[in-house]
Amino acid sequence: MSDLNTVMVEKYRNDFLKEVEANVEEGKWVKMCMQCGVCSGSCPLGPFWEHPPQEVFMMIRAGKRDEILKSESMWMCTSCYNCIVRCPRELPITHIMHGLAHYAERLGLAPKQNPTRKFALMFWDNLAKAGRVNEPILGIKLYFMNGFKQGIQTALKMAPVGLGMLRTKRFNVLALLFHKGCKGKQDIHKILRKAREIELAKAAKFGG
Amino acid sequence: MAKKQYMFYPGCSAEKLASASNYEVSVQAMCDVLDIQLNEIPDWNCCGASIGYAGGGELPRLALNARNLALAEQDHPDQDIVATCAACWLSARETKERLEDNDALMRETNEALGEAGLKYQAKQRIRHMVEVLVEDIGYEELGRHVKKPLSGLKIAGYVGCQTNRPFGIEGESFENPKYLDKMVETMGAEAVEKYDKKVSCCGGALAFSEPEKSQALIKDIIEAAYDGGAEMIVTPCPVCQMNVEVYQGQINKKYRTKFNMPVVYYSQLMGVAYGKSSKEVGLNGQVIRAKRLEELADRK
Ligand code: SF4
Ligand code: SF4
Repeated sequence: MSDLNTVMVEKYRNDFLKEVEANVEEGKWVKMCMQCGVCSGSCPLGPFWEHPPQEVFMMIRAGKRDEILKSESMWMCTSCYNCIVRCPRELPITHIMHGLAHYAERLGLAPKQNPTRKFALMFWDNLAKAGRVNEPILGIKLYFMNGFKQGIQTALKMAPVGLGMLRTKRFNVLALLFHKGCKGKQDIHKILRKAREIELAKAAKFGG
Repeated sequence: MAKKQYMFYPGCSAEKLASASNYEVSVQAMCDVLDIQLNEIPDWNCCGASIGYAGGGELPRLALNARNLALAEQDHPDQDIVATCAACWLSARETKERLEDNDALMRETNEALGEAGLKYQAKQRIRHMVEVLVEDIGYEELGRHVKKPLSGLKIAGYVGCQTNRPFGIEGESFENPKYLDKMVETMGAEAVEKYDKKVSCCGGALAFSEPEKSQALIKDIIEAAYDGGAEMIVTPCPVCQMNVEVYQGQINKKYRTKFNMPVVYYSQLMGVAYGKSSKEVGLNGQVIRAKRLEELADRK
């Protein structure tokens, strides 16, 4: 992972904007931002962002590579698409945030303890395994993602919610053992493996 | 009216005993009345939702969705694909549009699909269930089936994010979409007119990872419904439904509020108005029971 980071630093020395354009999903749009601030003002968790979207775009252009890739900011995106429909230049902001988060993760720079990062990775692993999300397993892993002790605390705190879901048959304990997922699991694994391979090959080409 | 048929993409949360299983039950009841046949995409997989991005890059996520779309194309190429979950609809539709716009991505996606002997050609339209109701059926026809008008019920239409943005329903504004209110009124209930949190974000998946922050958003959504005089919230989205419903106890503790606001699906309202029992529309799946709606449903 960090090897890829070294390669990228070498390749794009002092041109983080170019690096983002070439490697981040929808990153080619970043330079179109005109710094009006509408996205930041529209963002529901905006007040919690260390650098709201407008600032993220400015910092990319200013070459603040480490500050951006190691930032918690993009991980605050709730995928509400408010920014997208309001941006006067129609930047695909949501996708750029997701793209930046994924790129940071791939380079091994994403903040390890960020809870949304942890949850997002768990979610992907969970769905990729059987082809469909196994909600109970995901829920349990979620509770215990910060270790056993805190997991018990979270589980207790969340117990009323969980019991409500159980009582109304919207949470299936049996799925812990018997969740089937897709028949074509193997196919899905093959498709995902190939897709990742193609994507990494592209990155290597840019980087090499 | 001739039977309308669609390819159906239910998504993970609609699975039996999953978090939106009651949504699925009510959709089937509603479609039964409207003579809509939903043909489930064989062996569909998860769409990746909006939180899958950390583990899955662009191409893996596109390929994941394209598998569903390719399977649907194989099964009934002449039918539109319909999703009931906002996130599923969004992922599928985004995939189609991005692949159509970008030949390189289409080629690469098909290369990945080829591993499973599949090929995607982007033949079918991808639609949300509410699009089908509004566009293919129409309000007039939706109203024609009402047997038990929901009169006297005042309901806040919470459209939320992803059924509304970035695609939304053709002809509706992103800031103040009217279709949900119109559906409520078509069923004989009263829609809260000035519901200022109608399109606000509930926190989505961050309700799990950043509970304090998203519960603050959820609190405002519920409070605005009370302020408007609503006794119930209706939504088209399973994430909104769950987030706005199940954390009310925790919010009450933290903010000393006394929230006890039922949150139902449009399809549950419609099912009841169409004469289905509370069980047939999955109202027994509500964590906060929608008592008045249940009574109405079970009144002979
Ligand atoms: S709304 Fe668009 S143009 Fe304005 S700051 Fe945000 S990204 Fe830039
Ligand atoms: S999609 Fe993400 S970046 Fe855009 S407004 Fe919503 S939370 Fe903010």
